[in-house]
Amino acid sequence: MDEKDLLLLQLLEENSRVSVNELAVMTEIPAMDIESRIAALEDARVIRKYSAVIDWERAGNGEVWAIIELKVNPERDFGYDRIAERISKFKQVRSLRLITGTYDFQLLVTGKNMQEVARFVSEHIAPMDRIRETATHIIMKNYKENGNILCGHEGTERIPYSF
Amino acid sequence: MRNFISKSAEAIPPSGIRKFFDLALTMDDVISLGVGEPDFTTPWNVCEAGIYSIEQGTTSYTSNRGLQELRNSLSEYLKSHYGLHYDADREMIITSGVSEALDIAIRAVIDPGDEALVTEPIYVSYAPCVSLAGGVPVPVPCHEKDHFRLTPDALMEKVSKKSKVLILNFPNNPTGAVMKRDDLKAIADIVIDHDLLVISDEVYAELTYEGSHVAPATIDGLWERTITLNGFSKAYAMTGWRIGYLCAPEPVCDAALKIHQYVMLCAPVMGQIAANSAIRNGEAEKNKMVTEYRVRRNLFVHDLNRIGLPCHVPEGAFYAFPSVKPTGLSDFEFAEQLLKEERVAVVPGSVFGEAARDHLRCAYAVSRKDLKEAVIRIERFMSNLRK
Repeated sequence: MDEKDLLLLQLLEENSRVSVNELAVMTEIPAMDIESRIAALEDARVIRKYSAVIDWERAGNGEVWAIIELKVNPERDFGYDRIAERISKFKQVRSLRLITGTYDFQLLVTGKNMQEVARFVSEHIAPMDRIRETATHIIMKNYKENGNILCGHEGTERIPYSF
Repeated sequence: MRNFISKSAEAIPPSGIRKFFDLALTMDDVISLGVGEPDFTTPWNVCEAGIYSIEQGTTSYTSNRGLQELRNSLSEYLKSHYGLHYDADREMIITSGVSEALDIAIRAVIDPGDEALVTEPIYVSYAPCVSLAGGVPVPVPCHEKDHFRLTPDALMEKVSKKSKVLILNFPNNPTGAVMKRDDLKAIADIVIDHDLLVISDEVYAELTYEGSHVAPATIDGLWERTITLNGFSKAYAMTGWRIGYLCAPEPVCDAALKIHQYVMLCAPVMGQIAANSAIRNGEAEKNKMVTEYRVRRNLFVHDLNRIGLPCHVPEGAFYAFPSVKPTGLSDFEFAEQLLKEERVAVVPGSVFGEAARDHLRCAYAVSRKDLKEAVIRIERFMSNLRK
């Protein structure tokens, strides 16, 4: 396994349908060697299989949203702030609020499916220090979010010419 | 009313591609290969450090030289990556991008009438900065047959008694050319013989694909007569943060610092904090970006040659620099017609000096998907030309 193999693996992982000739150009390896390298990687079971990454949401499997409520032991000197900072760093956590009432925190969490949300809560949120209790509410229908519905697109605007 | 505009400002030629710029802004679906910046966004850990600094209320001036922590990190980094030795306290200034570093470097050493030898093709700001300092820019052409490297012969032809400074920019914008150690040694002999100072803009150093970058200041006899400029924009996709740095022997650094303290005071503090995070934790993401640029370069340059735009393999930066000679069009004609007919933006070479005539600068800091589409459009444009 050398640097070229690693590059080959990265490129295949990104798009396993790319042609041998194109791989040859991209990696600066002759096309014949590409074939033998791939064969060797398959034999060594480094390449396990070629599969597609499916956006199941787009395919009809809607994203799952859940409200998670947490009881939290506040920290001397910091109160709720440090633990809130930690929780807010998870990309699954869309919003995080300190609230009055039975629970301290209210999180809005998303996942591909219920299992993913459940796993996220049980593996990442619940075991954190200072979390005493969790309550998970799966959202049945989302009407409005922050004044608007999920819209816009990612990506940066660049000016067309710069030197 | 008098004409209040200074002669020196009036003498700066207007941007050569203003009309392209305006035209592109009116068009939809333009694929721009005309950019001089990465298409990646700044790695998140770097952004996070900048954001955190603002949250913490770190929003004030720093020392003129820049944050001590950043200078310490840079001093170590330059040593471990390039074998460059600069003292963090005495031989380094953090600047607002390499643009500022270049300006204060030139003003620190150029007196009216001094000649500055500037390799060509070259980034657009060097000659105007020299002129604004009262100096005289003298182009030294680099040729396609030499893969746009600076050769001793070309330099010897232009060096004179008035020459004081040689400005280098390798890896080069716009050609992607790289100078190897032997190339630099040959240049160093002339530099030393003629008692010149080198200003070396190495902002593309991290984007060196064959072998590793050789900093001119690591050549015997050059450290004491070199100002090394570098920054975070290209390697870490941080163009908007405006953080660069200038490294030089103490007397030169002190002179540049005097100018820096009055024109800039200091570089933005949140940018400096983000830059420190980039240098300490950004290596993996940077390497990923460099690998991706190299893959794109291979694809794009291969395609350019295939469709009839001869192009050497650029060994650094993220620009391909094909020739349009076979098409019979000038670089300006090609770039304008290509934009109008196929909505692909490229920069005509002439913008980068006479030696760049008949070439195009095409940035491949664009997704592979867009690069492929750009090639399809350029190929269609060229086949329409032949009709």
